[in-house]
Amino acid sequence: MSAARRPGLVLDGYVLEEKIHQGSMAEIWRVRRPEAAEPLVMKIPSFRDTDDPAALVGFEVEQMILPTLSGIHVPRFVAAGDWSVQPYIVLEHLAGPSLRARLDATPLPPEEVASYGARIADALHDLHGQHVIHLDVKPSNVMFREGGAAVLIDFGLSRHDRLPDLLAEQFRLPIGTGPYISPEQIAQIRNDPRSDLFSLGVVLYYLATGERPFGNPTSVRGLRQRLYRDPIPPRGLNPACPPWLQEVILRCLEVAPGKRYQTAAHLAFDLQHPAEVPLTGRASRLARDGALTVLKRRLRTHGEEPDLGRSASGQLSRAPLVAVALDPSQGSEALLEALLLATRRVLETEPGARLACLTVLKTSRIAMDSALDAEGRSVRVQLLVELRHWARPLGLGVGRVTHHVLEAPDPGSALVEFAAANHVDHLVVGSRGSSTLRRYLGSVSSHVVAQAPCTVTVVKAPAREAAERGGGPAPPS
Amino acid sequence: MRIALLTDVHANLEALLACLAHADRAGAARCVFLGDLVGYGADPAAVLGVVSGLVSRGGAAVLGNHDQATLEGPSPRMNPDARAAIAWTRARLGPAELGFLARLPLSLEENGRLYVHANAWAPERWEYVTSPFDAGHSMRATRCRLTFCGHMHTPALYHLGPDDRPGAFTPTPGTGIPLGRPRRWLAIPGSVGQSRDGNPAASYALLDDATDVLTFHRVPYDVEAAIRKIREAGLPPSFNTRLEAVP
Repeated sequence: MSAARRPGLVLDGYVLEEKIHQGSMAEIWRVRRPEAAEPLVMKIPSFRDTDDPAALVGFEVEQMILPTLSGIHVPRFVAAGDWSVQPYIVLEHLAGPSLRARLDATPLPPEEVASYGARIADALHDLHGQHVIHLDVKPSNVMFREGGAAVLIDFGLSRHDRLPDLLAEQFRLPIGTGPYISPEQIAQIRNDPRSDLFSLGVVLYYLATGERPFGNPTSVRGLRQRLYRDPIPPRGLNPACPPWLQEVILRCLEVAPGKRYQTAAHLAFDLQHPAEVPLTGRASRLARDGALTVLKRRLRTHGEEPDLGRSASGQLSRAPLVAVALDPSQGSEALLEALLLATRRVLETEPGARLACLTVLKTSRIAMDSALDAEGRSVRVQLLVELRHWARPLGLGVGRVTHHVLEAPDPGSALVEFAAANHVDHLVVGSRGSSTLRRYLGSVSSHVVAQAPCTVTVVKAPAREAAERGGGPAPPS
Repeated sequence: MRIALLTDVHANLEALLACLAHADRAGAARCVFLGDLVGYGADPAAVLGVVSGLVSRGGAAVLGNHDQATLEGPSPRMNPDARAAIAWTRARLGPAELGFLARLPLSLEENGRLYVHANAWAPERWEYVTSPFDAGHSMRATRCRLTFCGHMHTPALYHLGPDDRPGAFTPTPGTGIPLGRPRRWLAIPGSVGQSRDGNPAASYALLDDATDVLTFHRVPYDVEAAIRKIREAGLPPSFNTRLEAVP
């Protein structure tokens, strides 16, 4: 069948121009519609290896999932060919090489590793929000748009929460790519989005050290080693890898999904705020665990019950990123207290939630600001101290809370930008009641409510305080 | 064209009308009923009036075991409450309704789709499809690529790939599922009139026959009204506890 395919051939109105890839499961052609200039790609399954049902079912899976996806982090779906005539998928053509091309230059500088990691995590967060777990994250399946955004390709092993998993029934062996496959996938669990974070951890390890953390095993026994044998810590291979990056990578590579980042948004957050990454024992390790520890782990992995009942979107809703904005220097005590109460309520419903405490240090639009106050203290440091003090009663453990001083001339826009860049799910802001000026200029909270890409809770101090001041109940701002 | 697939109405008029209104809003142009129009519920004549009207305007319907029992008398395998309900139902139907039931086929094939109440391997024996194994048995017993059946009262979707290993899937209401070409599928829309999965809402499914995309739906309706009618009709109270759908 494929012998007949050559440049110039027209298939369902698409002109085949050039075969750009011949894989074991499919061939990929650059194609074009005669009436349109836009270059497209056509993926056609290979039937030469008919003894490999994965090729066929994987193609079926991709034909099922791709039309449900949208956004900049996936290739745009154009058309699918009728299975009874000639199955194919037509997609947007993505220029440029995949991340695989960068492997020749490894180890990469930490900033570059973090930048790739954050962009891929952004893409995974978007994908998980669309109910899909990729399950084959590796450098050759990551491409980039001109603006830098990561695009995930090849959904042949993917799982959609709300569509039948055609692969689950078909194979009795783990489905994935040897170096990158997660421990759950080895146990044939295909419904945990944190599997993608493990694979991304392998990618980051590779980029940071030039080595694969678990080699390239080809047998199931070889694959299973990652359940008990920890990898050499990245700093043991490349001393230029900073402790915070090692912390992030080893957290991704935790065997138990519950010890990893709980969502891709949490991972992207840490990669974008290195100074805020809480360092644990993972950061300082320079060698692998001793033989006895490994043996104990190995014995424990036998008979372990897998954690079932997950789904991509379910995991996102269990581990939201909550941000609270406050003004510790000027806010009233009653408002700060009300914010604390509201934040506690939001966090209590979801134990997997993370909190980012924000305050905005207003900078002048024109003049240079002094970073020191009248007594010569650093204003920024003072604000961080106050944020930490405010959040202390929430009793959040290490890794669940971060503190940020945003410097911007416009507090409302700064909060909205932070929420968008960090995939914040729920933003809690205070409202300081009304004033004549506020009525004309609009308040920070109403600006945030209108512009933020997420749910916003506006907290007000109880009306009592305003009444005591003689102002009467505060009207909505 | 969008086809509404409705099954196991069981003489529940409130549930049927709620599903038909939902299907109408969703653009359904045709209704196919997969059996058990009567039995258990308090409105057999009204339900048959609605259904026969839809069938005469291009719809379709197949026979269920309760429909057959209403025509021929209850089977000895039925429990005493079900037998009592069959007798009660029969007494409330006139020649027009009984004639409509008597003309229903056991199964119906149409453009590669099989409509049947229980299963494809022996429709007249009313055996249940409770597992991927049963579903595989049924899918292999028909030349049709798509099978739609009822009888089970709980929404389910099964598929059979080129390697002949059946898979099962619990559908999420409101999500369109493409019934992909290289595979056979067996869909159970769930019961319109007598939910048994702990959720009292009525179940049905919509098929777009141009794209073969199937969407399962759950439709809330006035369950209390249906229960009240059953009580007032003097039907066995066990039917009510079922409608209340406590799992």
